[in-house]
Amino acid sequence: MNGTTTVPDLIEAEASPSVEQRLKRVPLVLNKRNFNWITERIAGVNEGPAPRWWWVSFAISAMVAGIGMFCLGYQISTGVGTWGLNHPVGWAWDITNFVFWIGIGHAGTLISAILFLLRQKWRTSINRSAEAMTLFAVICAAIFPGVHVGRVWMAWFMAPLPNNYGIWPNFRSPLLWDVFAVSTYFSVSVLFWYTGLIPDLATLRDRATNKIKKLLYGIFAVGWRGSNRNWRHYEMAYLLLAGLSTPLVLSVHSVVSFDFATSVIPTWHTTIFPPYFVAGAIFGGFAMVLTLLVPARAIYKLHDVITPQHVDKMAKIILLTGSIVSYAYAMEFFVAWYSGNQYEKYAFYNRILGPYWWYWWVGMLFCNFLTPQLFWFKRFRFNIYVVYFVCMCVNAGMWFERFIIIVGGLHRDFLPSSWGMFYPTWVDIWTFVGTFGIFLSLFLLFIRFLPMIAMSEVKIVLPEADPHHTTPEGHHTVQAGGMERT
Amino acid sequence: MAAEYASAAALYEAAKKVRDAGFKRWDVHSPFPIHGMDDAMGLGKSWLSAPVLIGGITGLLTAATLTFGPSWFIYPLVVHGKPYNWKTVPAFFPIMFELTVLFSAFTCFFAMLIMNGLPRWYHPIFNWDRFARATNDGFFLVIEARDPRFTEKEARQLLESTGGQHLTVVHED
Repeated sequence: MNGTTTVPDLIEAEASPSVEQRLKRVPLVLNKRNFNWITERIAGVNEGPAPRWWWVSFAISAMVAGIGMFCLGYQISTGVGTWGLNHPVGWAWDITNFVFWIGIGHAGTLISAILFLLRQKWRTSINRSAEAMTLFAVICAAIFPGVHVGRVWMAWFMAPLPNNYGIWPNFRSPLLWDVFAVSTYFSVSVLFWYTGLIPDLATLRDRATNKIKKLLYGIFAVGWRGSNRNWRHYEMAYLLLAGLSTPLVLSVHSVVSFDFATSVIPTWHTTIFPPYFVAGAIFGGFAMVLTLLVPARAIYKLHDVITPQHVDKMAKIILLTGSIVSYAYAMEFFVAWYSGNQYEKYAFYNRILGPYWWYWWVGMLFCNFLTPQLFWFKRFRFNIYVVYFVCMCVNAGMWFERFIIIVGGLHRDFLPSSWGMFYPTWVDIWTFVGTFGIFLSLFLLFIRFLPMIAMSEVKIVLPEADPHHTTPEGHHTVQAGGMERT
Repeated sequence: MAAEYASAAALYEAAKKVRDAGFKRWDVHSPFPIHGMDDAMGLGKSWLSAPVLIGGITGLLTAATLTFGPSWFIYPLVVHGKPYNWKTVPAFFPIMFELTVLFSAFTCFFAMLIMNGLPRWYHPIFNWDRFARATNDGFFLVIEARDPRFTEKEARQLLESTGGQHLTVVHED
């Protein structure tokens, strides 16, 4: 409607069926699928035989994971010198990878917790796999701080325990906060994920065709029987966990950013870091969610559950968080100029024209700022190939961003005499590639053995889940039910 | 005495009637939580938040003890020549926050299980073969024989009049 709309126009428009039709909400599950269809389609993924592509992809990812494990073993047994770290760059790929992976996890918690509190019902189709992605990403992330200490058998120094001289760790150190933040994040994410899984595990238990499956799913389903007296506490537990996870997810990457922000290195020593990191984490995480879900829905024909509408909404979140991140990039340059601090100014000059110039031009400018701009257009948000291209750019761009922040900050600081470059070794490279193998192997195992979409939650968004729902043809057990299974 | 209903709406209406008939030991089973069912069953709000609050306070106190104890009393650590007196307490806020969340979340999960009487791997209702649909697309209402108002005749009449189908007496073993 244009600016000249009058009140009678509006009334008429409201009355006309075409407008009504246009304003109608698109259902979250397409093609009027019923409860049983959801169960059959989603549980069917776990119950059918493993398709050939699954074995092929799992074999490849497990092999890559094996190479990663070998690199870790080699690094631990030989020493941290197998990495390219040296003066002045003492943190490089290891911490870049850590920040990269932990950031990916954030999208899962955002979907499961924040969108739940905001009553965004579309989250139900994607929350389970996004939460699983969170856990696997945090596992990959946790490897790096663990092994970068060099002597991993001393990693217990990070625990809040006195050492053999009675010295306690420094509780005022952001590095120690990080240990608490990441381990809390992982534990709470596991609890949240498992709580959500219980009703779906019960579904798999009740459908299990052999004894071993029935036993295993049965044990983990803790005897769930869908009783409303149980649902009452369950829903409250879910709400409370969502409420607890919401500040938690914002805190984790804030604490990660404190590792940098509390230091004196130019480009690190800024107060903008916590929100900048959190927005970047959600930005990169949503790109990874789409990277995993777009092929999964194509392979398992889940288009009625993960609809174009879901992809559209995720693309909008990528656009929003990408804009926040781009604003932060611009603000860093502004503050560097406005501060009048020559080291800060030089660091940003060095960022775009120094030896790592192309990381900035390709990673930050092209991948993180320019490509998400496509999502301003509906046509591109509904084009799965464009969406996938942007997500791949963002995945890469967010890794580059962390590399620029970490290595870009370290390689040229105050004194030109202590300038240097970082060159990764094959161990650096293959350890990072290996974490992708670990991540994908775990994700493939997840979609093989656990329901990748929260069945009990998707059922709630169907219209017939509403207790005041009436169908024109009256009650219909047979249509709604899977009679062949009873 | 167990009955199956055709839809969430039918189960909801039936639950209201069973509540009004004054039954106490009964339950409904559905594949997903039905909005408004707590009221329809005459149940109040879940009191799970109480243990979670206690868990959270425990976490906060644990974190306070863990950080104040070593940093002020057992082994005060001077780093970068910075002060280490009580005014540095904001530096402990991240750990206090994390442990509050951690303890609350664990309390929330385990209190939920305990309040629901789970894990309970065996339950008589599992003996009813139709009940497997409770986790798929079936809607069930069960009145226990232990209910003081329970008589088989009355329960059967009530469940039938509310549209219950496949009425079955499920035995303990």
